[in-house]
Amino acid sequence: MRHPEQGGQLNDSAEQALKRTNPLAIVTSFIRKTLAIAEMEARKMRHDPTELAFRAVQPALWLLVFGQVFTRTHVIPTGDLSYLDFMTPGVLAQSVLFIAIFSGMTIIWERDLGIIHKFVASPTPRVALSLGKALAGGVRAFSQAIVVYVLALLLHVNINWNPLSLIGVLILVVLGAATFTAFSLVIAFLVKTRERFMGIGQVLTMPFFFASNALYPISIMPDWLKVIAHINPLTYQVDALRDLMLSGGSSSFGLPLDFGVLVMATTVLVIISGWLYPRAAT
Amino acid sequence: MAIIETVELTRRFGELTAVDSLTVSVQLGEVFGLLGPNGAGKTTVIKMLTTLLRPTSGEARIAGFSITKNGVDVRRIIGYVPQLLSADSTLTGYENLMVFAKLYDIPRAERKSRMTEALSFMGLQEVANKLVRTYSGGMIRRLEIIQSILHRPRVLFLDEPTVGLDPLARKALWEHINKLRVEYGTTIFLTTHLMEEADRLCSRVAIMHHGKLVALGAPAELKASIGAADATLDDAFIHFTGDVLESGGSYRETSRTRRTAQRLG
Repeated sequence: MRHPEQGGQLNDSAEQALKRTNPLAIVTSFIRKTLAIAEMEARKMRHDPTELAFRAVQPALWLLVFGQVFTRTHVIPTGDLSYLDFMTPGVLAQSVLFIAIFSGMTIIWERDLGIIHKFVASPTPRVALSLGKALAGGVRAFSQAIVVYVLALLLHVNINWNPLSLIGVLILVVLGAATFTAFSLVIAFLVKTRERFMGIGQVLTMPFFFASNALYPISIMPDWLKVIAHINPLTYQVDALRDLMLSGGSSSFGLPLDFGVLVMATTVLVIISGWLYPRAAT
Repeated sequence: MAIIETVELTRRFGELTAVDSLTVSVQLGEVFGLLGPNGAGKTTVIKMLTTLLRPTSGEARIAGFSITKNGVDVRRIIGYVPQLLSADSTLTGYENLMVFAKLYDIPRAERKSRMTEALSFMGLQEVANKLVRTYSGGMIRRLEIIQSILHRPRVLFLDEPTVGLDPLARKALWEHINKLRVEYGTTIFLTTHLMEEADRLCSRVAIMHHGKLVALGAPAELKASIGAADATLDDAFIHFTGDVLESGGSYRETSRTRRTAQRLG
């Protein structure tokens, strides 16, 4: 830090300038910075895990109350699966959605304080900022996966314990959370105030949930709802989860399409939110 | 040698011209103060120089890099401490530093030593592992400055660095800022509306009023230029800005400043 105008500094910047033009160095720097942001968010969770504890209540209610009751009615055609089995992946996807969709709240908080200004004034690619946040949403959603698996065990859901499938489930949880976290960032950048954000968050979550195959198969939906369900990323997450989480479950769209849709949705939303990021710092 | 040069730098927000054709240059190693009543356009200048806000017209260069064309290069060589709170209260001081050490590409081998050095420089090593929400206002400000100097910036931008601090914490921070210039030779560009602050810290000051530059020079020169015996910088400020009582910033700005003041206090 001493004598910045002297030789050491110049050599430093010459070396850095060289690094900046090397494509491999650009990619590794991007990944490193994305992970730095994600790690920071994960550390915040560790300091204050109370939110995660409260978030466990909702999936518990859905499975223990709604699931237990509806599994007795046999009114929803779920093929060979019991209704409880059928809805377990749906409840996991739903709790991931709920935890992710409100994560944009932190952006509004950081913007009101001034934290965001400092990040935007640093040499960090904007997409690394938004991707880091999206991945952190994925880490936050792990806690929901654990809660749902514990509940599923207690309720004797036919869980598929194949390690490869479990890894697939974790990837799906991260992808789904990243999609909706990035979506939530976009909303936060657009609405700007906490009050409007909370309002819009509440308004959006239920349509995502109900216009998906989380609680009932698409086949029994009216046509207009079928259309919406097909453009809802949650549908593809639930579809893949149903295949990988349950022994005896199967995907209707095929795993490649499910994963493809989620990767696309995450990519597009992360790029949009990265593009909006600097606007929050003006 | 000029490290910052602005040429006719202008920013309009609709009808309002927040910064009107500002042309100044800041010399390497100096502490340059931008003064003016609330709403004079000081923060807008800093936001343009730190690449957060694009100028409507005009240009500025920092160490030869254009703020409009070489944004990434500019961001690499500057440090910025916003007027608002920029340390995250839900992380420890150490974690707040670590993330910026990584974002500024400080090599892994050097991170620890630089962070330790900076923490002891600002007298924060004892509380490094405590959550920032337990810090005092002065400690938060010092942490925020460390966050912005870990990468050894050529220029450090401080936007109202002592807003909301009590007189003791303010004096301590002034000493730290002075030490930063003396020991590290960092060029410092700060905004303030406290004349005592400008007088104590700055080698040169520019006074802005309604977006325009109205005076530029060393504090002593400005005091001398108004022709009254024993003039203070306050007198000079009033002389150059005329009636300062009527300006006061917007509701939103006032609410932000007060909130920052409340959080720091």
